[in-house]
Amino acid sequence: MTEFLGNRRAIATLVGPALLIYTAVMLVPVFWSAGYSFTSGNAITGYHFTGLANFRQLLADPNIGTALWFTLRYAVVLTIGQVATGYLLALLYVFVLKRASALIRTLIFFPIVLPTVAVALMFQSLFSVAPVTVPVNSLLSAVGYHPVDWFGSAGNAFWIIIIMDIWRSMGFYAVLLYAGLVDIPETTIEAARIDGATGLRLVRHIVAPLSFPVLLSALIFSINGTLKVFDSILALTNGGPGNATTPLTLYMFNTSFSYGEYGYGATIALLLTVICLVVTVALYRWSRTDSQGATQ
Amino acid sequence: MTTQRPADDRLTTGTRSRSGTLNRFARRLPARVLTLVLLIVVVYPLAWLFIGSLKSQSDYLNNPSYSLPTHWMWGNYKTAWVTGDLGIYIRNSVTAVFPALALVIALGSAAGFALQVMKWRLSRPVMLLFLAGIMVPSQMILLPLFTIYFQVGLTGSLWPLIITYAATGLPLTVFMLATYFRAVPREVVEAAAIDGAGIFRVFFSVALPMVRNAILTVALVQFFFMWNDLLVALTFTNSNNLRTVQVGLLNFTGEFGAIQYGPLFAAICITVFGTLVLFIALNQQVMRGLTGGAVKG
Repeated sequence: MTEFLGNRRAIATLVGPALLIYTAVMLVPVFWSAGYSFTSGNAITGYHFTGLANFRQLLADPNIGTALWFTLRYAVVLTIGQVATGYLLALLYVFVLKRASALIRTLIFFPIVLPTVAVALMFQSLFSVAPVTVPVNSLLSAVGYHPVDWFGSAGNAFWIIIIMDIWRSMGFYAVLLYAGLVDIPETTIEAARIDGATGLRLVRHIVAPLSFPVLLSALIFSINGTLKVFDSILALTNGGPGNATTPLTLYMFNTSFSYGEYGYGATIALLLTVICLVVTVALYRWSRTDSQGATQ
Repeated sequence: MTTQRPADDRLTTGTRSRSGTLNRFARRLPARVLTLVLLIVVVYPLAWLFIGSLKSQSDYLNNPSYSLPTHWMWGNYKTAWVTGDLGIYIRNSVTAVFPALALVIALGSAAGFALQVMKWRLSRPVMLLFLAGIMVPSQMILLPLFTIYFQVGLTGSLWPLIITYAATGLPLTVFMLATYFRAVPREVVEAAAIDGAGIFRVFFSVALPMVRNAILTVALVQFFFMWNDLLVALTFTNSNNLRTVQVGLLNFTGEFGAIQYGPLFAAICITVFGTLVLFIALNQQVMRGLTGGAVKG
């Protein structure tokens, strides 16, 4: 049997093609791109070795500071926002709606599959101020406030991006966390109830600790996605007003393709990759030490 | 009855009186209102979008946003499709996404099988290598790929999209399918081998059918990733004839000079409700597959 399952030629035939494409189109370019960060130029003009010039520029560039701050703030706020909303929805499904929740689960899940650009254009219209008074602003006028130019200030634009992304993703995280909540044995919950735990206390002391592993994977999944945010912001604000809502991903894209500075663009991409790596490894470490603590 | 809290339902189902029914209704009221609000939050923007897609320009600009169209302008859809080139964009998206999807599933399931079911020394390191790819942002591979595609002469076709989608989809697909192949019992593989099946026969006739529903799920996830991608499509499409749906929508506003809201909303509606139909159709098939498998035991 070991001979049968260890057939080298079969393994090579099965893994080979996937590994080849993955290596050629992802692994090699990662290192290639890292190499670009020591050069200036682009695909059309050719590349010139410039040593550490790009890294010095990176440290001195005020736009990097803005982009980095925005990226981290967005990632943290949205991760907390979507996981918390998702968790509340999942609790609603499991403990309040119970069996009746199937249709609502599907309906609230649905926005995640919509094309991001379509959703962003829709939100742009929902919140726009000119030339028409549209839903959100007419609602504000109805309760006696002045219409707000939502995309005119950095603070407002930030929160509209957050609202849009929570609207899109809350149903997805709800289903993800729902799967974890359903797995909690009913007997455990009943035992806690007999001991007098209800409502918030039940959630805090019994449900939350037991669903911690699935919460953690939702967090890791979320932070990994939010650090790489691109399409929703490009389509909704295009980084504006000014560069107030420009994440690193968009700044890298503009630097490379609008200004043709591939070398500096590659340096920004490298910074982004290092951040993703550090955050992922840190979360992974933390989750391992934590689950060890839980089993002891 | 006052001691009954909503959380106690699991213990007390079955005991009902007339006042109990009333109590139940009152207790359920907050949950029902909350559910209703949630549904409005999800559905209202889409309904508003649909109504907007049927309005004429002056109707949209001059009348309140919640009013129904004065004339139902179904022609907006034709404008979006023909003048707005939406037909071309959808054709491009289909041409790029489906070959990439087929490639990802074929290569990913083969690799997942070899990594999970077969026994070899390097299977763990190779798995970790694939896993690392999940973390890497696409920005990190765009510039070399752009240079390669440019020098090989692939720019100006949809090949860059197909190749890039296939490669970037592989890490997650391999990882997910390897996890699902874990559910294939060893005894089944051994029995097939004793009956004289070769390893490829085991893969195609035994293991693949057992994870059929999982493959459908993974394919669905990958489809939405690829279909909704903007970054790769924006980087590698340099002419209007190559634009995918996402890139096309992004440039839609510019096509007419001043924004034509009706056709723009109609275009958004076509993409949104097209995705909705697909989602519902495939979602049901996944459910059917799952229950069917459960009944067969």
